[in-house]
Amino acid sequence: MPGVALRGIQKSFGATAVLRDVTLVAEEGEFLAILGPSGCGKSTLLRILAGLETADAGEVLIGDRRVDSLPPKARDLAMVFQSYALYPYMTVGQNVALPLEMRRLSAWQRVPVLGRMISGAARRAIAADVAAVAAPLGLTPLLARKPAQLSGGQRQRVALARAMVRNPAAFLMDEPLSNLDARLRGEARAEIVALTRRLGVTALYVTHDQGEAMAMADRVAVMQGGRVLQHAAPQELYDEPASLEVARFVGSPPMNALAGHIGEDGAVVVSGARLPWHSTARGAVMLGVRPEGWVPAADGIPVVLERIEHLGAETLCHMAGGAVLRLSPEASRGLAVGQGLRLAVNRAVLFGPDGARLPLAAARREPAFG
Amino acid sequence: MVKRVLTHLALLTGAAVMLAPFILMLSISLKPPGEVFSPHFALLPTQWYAVENYTAAFTKVPLLRFLLNGLFVTLCIFAAQALTALPMAYALAKLRWRGREAAFAMVVLALLIPPQVPAIPLYIALWQLGLLNTYAAIILPSTISVFGIFLMRQFFRTVPDDLIAAARMDGLSEWAIVWRIMLPTAAPAIAAFACLSFIWNWNEFFWPLIAVQEEHLMTPPLGIAFFSNAEAGTSFGPLMAAATVVTAPLALAFLLAQRAFIEGVTMTGVK
Amino acid sequence: MANPHRAEAIAGTLLALPAFILMWLMLLGPAVAVGLLSLTDWNFGEPRIGFAGLENYQELWDDRVFWISLRNTVIYVGVSVPATVLLGLLAAIAIEGVGRGRGFYRAAYFLPVASTLLAMALVWEFMFHPSVGFVNQVFRFLGLPTADWLQNPDTALFALAAIGVWQNLGLAMVLFMAGLKAIPPDLYEALAMDGADGAWERFRRVTWPMLGPALVFVVAITAIRSFQVFDTVQVLTEGGPSKSTEVLLFTMVQQGFTFLRSAYGAAITMVFLVLTLAITLAQTTILDRRAHYG
Repeated sequence: MPGVALRGIQKSFGATAVLRDVTLVAEEGEFLAILGPSGCGKSTLLRILAGLETADAGEVLIGDRRVDSLPPKARDLAMVFQSYALYPYMTVGQNVALPLEMRRLSAWQRVPVLGRMISGAARRAIAADVAAVAAPLGLTPLLARKPAQLSGGQRQRVALARAMVRNPAAFLMDEPLSNLDARLRGEARAEIVALTRRLGVTALYVTHDQGEAMAMADRVAVMQGGRVLQHAAPQELYDEPASLEVARFVGSPPMNALAGHIGEDGAVVVSGARLPWHSTARGAVMLGVRPEGWVPAADGIPVVLERIEHLGAETLCHMAGGAVLRLSPEASRGLAVGQGLRLAVNRAVLFGPDGARLPLAAARREPAFG
Repeated sequence: MVKRVLTHLALLTGAAVMLAPFILMLSISLKPPGEVFSPHFALLPTQWYAVENYTAAFTKVPLLRFLLNGLFVTLCIFAAQALTALPMAYALAKLRWRGREAAFAMVVLALLIPPQVPAIPLYIALWQLGLLNTYAAIILPSTISVFGIFLMRQFFRTVPDDLIAAARMDGLSEWAIVWRIMLPTAAPAIAAFACLSFIWNWNEFFWPLIAVQEEHLMTPPLGIAFFSNAEAGTSFGPLMAAATVVTAPLALAFLLAQRAFIEGVTMTGVK
Repeated sequence: MANPHRAEAIAGTLLALPAFILMWLMLLGPAVAVGLLSLTDWNFGEPRIGFAGLENYQELWDDRVFWISLRNTVIYVGVSVPATVLLGLLAAIAIEGVGRGRGFYRAAYFLPVASTLLAMALVWEFMFHPSVGFVNQVFRFLGLPTADWLQNPDTALFALAAIGVWQNLGLAMVLFMAGLKAIPPDLYEALAMDGADGAWERFRRVTWPMLGPALVFVVAITAIRSFQVFDTVQVLTEGGPSKSTEVLLFTMVQQGFTFLRSAYGAAITMVFLVLTLAITLAQTTILDRRAHYG
């Protein structure tokens, strides 16, 4: 059963089309990352799911319920905002309790001051729930503080607690880690994934950071220009990108795209060198090679080493013309800038000039004298 | 949806109340004496008396003179305020000199003093100098605007220091920096301040009432009050015509420069 | 080249000097002078001036008119400030909420602030006319009681307060609008997600707490402005009928300029100054407290 589904969503702001016929389904319990550059529509999509925006066309389903016409509070979703949106004049405890107060207390019980007199039992239950949610997040000693007195990481956890406390059908998160220091981000990532897994709740996570999406998600939906380009598990996205755009977006350092040509014999020719790769496609092509797809070989494409980055665990060698070679530190010992090398292509992906994916097969490597 | 319509209705009713005096003022200025006090309520006159009323307004009292006085006085005041406030604001914001903190503290202190407090001693001083009943009497006390100093200082503080350093290296004197660097950068703030200064001093009644007795020196509010006393209710039409004429420049200036006006006012809230 | 710090110090001093001198000549000096003057027995034009200690204040204490004046001023402020602030807040929230016609409403509500109070006061005088005045015509139409607003000692002060509210409402509104704009919109969105999207809950949980500092500021500004009420009294009622609209500044002008009792007028001025400072002090204290514990 799908946890959450968006079908055929279209949205324009004035004359600008922001979402073009987007369909996205997250299974129940799945952690789905929505990855894309600024302006691709990912936040808008999330907000349409939340009910903060309405789509011009399309359906929104939670479970198997159609919710397009429902306001946010009726959708049983929780959202963690980029800025956390904690109520500045309430304590941490009050912030986390608010969703429960709104749902469990009647309007009379919520009347300031006097309402407390008729809601004792309900409020105690709420306090217990708040405490239960605060403890695993380490917020128990902070419950009486105001958001202004907390650090960024603590505020982030309060935002999470507030979302969790209601046990919603799904968590929506809009770049919740972008305001944190890089150091904290790693810990926070792990916490969020552990949390959602433990609760078994569907999570939709919007981000522009491909590393984050890859590290956290069960599946990633790559968006650009208001469309979903590919929706697959991280490894599949990496190994089998549906288009050049996706390939460029996923993976760091980014994939090299080399301009090439395929003649009548089906062999891929790049920089004048005939590579042992064949395709049924013909004409101008782009050959996508990741840093680990290159290997130094005597009969490879000639390149000049322009820059070496020693990263400790590995070495990245940048060639003039854009190719990047990934080597172990031992293998890269002795290489110098300006040196000429020859690289063969071990793994590659083929794209047409429009970025569409094309079939590619490795020919058996012919002996050097063939 | 319904809520929106209701809100609009409420706002429109409120707007009607807020604008009613202006509309009424205009309406009366167009009516002949007979219709002014008629028990029927009608916005437009059956007999158009506009020409007569407005002519009377300009002839029974020197209305044109009042207007020119207003213009002259507000211009002089603003010029003096700008000439003194901008350099001091710059000095407070960007230069280091002994006594700067004390001077700023005094500016803040002066901000707390309502403008009516210095009235009696100023009056005495002007009398001793024989300056009562002159333009100087009206203009002098307002030549200093501590509010302007404060506002400009806050604004100048946001100007990057590098800009000033570059100007100094280009050979500009501090005086030149005030007028050629700070002034253009703070243009919107100064526009807002000019608007506020203009409204405040055009409408000022308390001090001119005390400082000036002669008709030919009167500023618009004073002139209107004078007109009202002199005619004692017999020429209400012309009185309203005069009131319209006096209010019109402000209303027009406000409508044209709404943004600057309101920004100027809001800046007082941005500490 | 001479010491650059010295040059900067000289420049700073020179640039500030004209304004500094003017500030002392026109504001601070006279303020001090008023204080000193209030301790003398001088009347305008007298050749001799003598020290009188606190006699003027003693006389003020015993002066029936002074107390009436003070009481009227307090009532005036006490009535017009809450009305101005409340209506200004409602207008700001309503206008920010509707989206359409914002410019028009803002202009309509703010226009009175920019207009010449003197001139508009005379229009209001006409509007308050017992028989043909607009106010009474509308009230009659609505079935509300009418009165001779400006001539009746029981209603005159409130009529003036109404004019004061009319004039200051736009200012309060504009200041609140700035405060409202500063509230991050995602707080309202978080509230919607948390299940509170009704107008009351939004107001109570986000708008009101976030407007706190703005509210204190607006109240203080409005109070100080109301305290300075003078123009309408001078031109419409002259303190009457039966001293029901005698206010502090009017009394000060009467004593200090009409009756030429300079020292006595100075004493009234000092009371006026102290009360204004008290309002400002209250404002700063409340804001400070909020900033630390808020």
